Amino acid sequence: MHVFRLIFKNSFRHKLRTFLTILGVSIAILAFGLLRTVISAWYAGVEASSASRLVTRNAISLIFPLPLSYKEKIRQIEGVKSVSYGTWFGGIYIDEKNFFANYAMEPEHYLAIYPELIIPPDQRTAFYRDRKSAVAGRKLADRYGWKIGDTVTLRGTIFPGNWEFIIRGIYQGRDQNVDETAFFFHWEYLNETMKKTAPGRADQVGWYMVEVRNPNLTADVSVRIDKMFKNSLAETLTETEKAFNLSFISMSEAIIIAIQLVSYVIILIIMVVVANTMAMTARERIGEYAVFKTLGFGGIHVAGLIFGESLFITMIGASIGILLTFPAARIFAQQLSAYFPIFNVEHETIYIDIVAACLIGVSAAVFPTWRAVRIRIADGLRRIG
Amino acid sequence: MTGKPVIVEIKNLYKSYRRGDQILPVLTDISLDIDEAEFLALMGPSGSGKTTLLNLIAGIDKADRGVIRVGGVEITTLSENELALWRASNVGFIFQFYNLIPVLTAFENVELPLLITGLPKGERRAHAEMALGVVNLTDRMDHRPGQLSGGQQQRVAIARAIVTDPSILVADEPTGDLDRVSAIEVLQLMERLVHELGKTIIMVTHDPRAAQMAHMIKHLDKGVLNARLQADF
Repeated sequence: MHVFRLIFKNSFRHKLRTFLTILGVSIAILAFGLLRTVISAWYAGVEASSASRLVTRNAISLIFPLPLSYKEKIRQIEGVKSVSYGTWFGGIYIDEKNFFANYAMEPEHYLAIYPELIIPPDQRTAFYRDRKSAVAGRKLADRYGWKIGDTVTLRGTIFPGNWEFIIRGIYQGRDQNVDETAFFFHWEYLNETMKKTAPGRADQVGWYMVEVRNPNLTADVSVRIDKMFKNSLAETLTETEKAFNLSFISMSEAIIIAIQLVSYVIILIIMVVVANTMAMTARERIGEYAVFKTLGFGGIHVAGLIFGESLFITMIGASIGILLTFPAARIFAQQLSAYFPIFNVEHETIYIDIVAACLIGVSAAVFPTWRAVRIRIADGLRRIG
Repeated sequence: MTGKPVIVEIKNLYKSYRRGDQILPVLTDISLDIDEAEFLALMGPSGSGKTTLLNLIAGIDKADRGVIRVGGVEITTLSENELALWRASNVGFIFQFYNLIPVLTAFENVELPLLITGLPKGERRAHAEMALGVVNLTDRMDHRPGQLSGGQQQRVAIARAIVTDPSILVADEPTGDLDRVSAIEVLQLMERLVHELGKTIIMVTHDPRAAQMAHMIKHLDKGVLNARLQADF
């Protein structure tokens, strides 16, 4: 007989209690894992940011445009490798609930700056050639069943009217962190239409994407760009892509903090539940622990039995919870892909799950162990019979 | 005295318990020598201090004053950890309610005290099987306590008590939970351990018939010891 076998046998003495505790831990770890994944999904854009990309926008607010004429001026700044631009379109596909990011962009430089967007060469060429064409992400195309050559109509909100696009390309992400639910089309198409319908809004862009030659130059280049347009009609604010994306997240920081708090509360609750189980277990077996001590087992052995049992139960629960996290996350991702284009269970989440489970197991065993180790043998034996 | 070497030597032992502000004396100035291979019965009314004296001799409780030497070791000066190690190799315990671990088989229960001895698995198995052989329960070694009768459980407990080959066995009401036939079997087995294996047994009992099996009966009353030698010894 091995001590581990005794721990195993002890763990299943009260099958219903153990089963319910394992179930509780599984659900808690599943919920914790999903909430951590939601938080990761929130930061996915930030994680996918490149260190060599800058975003230049209107210093007042992102909703104010910048003149197209800035492009050449920015391009000439020392350290700048490439410049492209885009404008948020905000079109609606059939119904408002079908939300996805859609924007107009200058295609050639934009796709060069974003090498993580993988488009087959023939589709890329077709997209460049056709001004009324668009490219959709793989997940977005899958969601609506779009194929190459399909016509997609978006109802403009910022730019009124029905806008028709022909899907010429479907991009895939180079890795899991790339959003595959975006839709983009030629800025020229938008601009030409604006020239006809609202000339005052023509030749304006929402933001510039600036690629620098060396990530170390981002600070200098940012300062130079903003300095160049200081005291102009449209002053600029240039920041790294990461900072730009973080500024969006900061708007919903309170929600993220609330989710984080809820995830910790879940762990705290299950810690108390497991502690209760272990306290009941230890109270019932206090006589047995006294017998162990009588036979010469030390406090360390008794502690090992209680900690072992607590960790065993929590690790089974955690393993089930972790295994369930993956299919649950897939369902979650499908249902909420409009809000969380990237919803992947990260390795880090699993590590945190395991650490949390260990913490639950250890914390739950502390008090029962303290009682079992401290009790005098004579007092413990008196509890039997 | 039997003329054999003394294995347990108790001198001027005092023990009291605190209950709230009150201090209740349990044992008062106990002095006692127990020889090797002796079968001693401790009798007395409830609360007379029998179990307390047994616990002190077995090293599972601490005296207020006095000296206890077992096999030449003054156990009253040992620390908790030293006592645990000492108990593991020198004392075997037999309890009224057997105190077997219900999820373990008879064999595993007997093997339990050997887990802390560092013996390899094969030797542990040999020792446990031998101990079960002594109590004549080799055919029940894979049964759990719940599948055994009270008498069989107590015999498993005796096998567990002797598996480390301790010099003394302490038994607290070993027949208290048994029917008459099982009680006699257990007592006869204990007698065999004394005669054939040379174990020293100190048994606390309320049962005069159980005490009759002992070589010597000591009476405790209000913490004071009175001796009575068995006629047939």
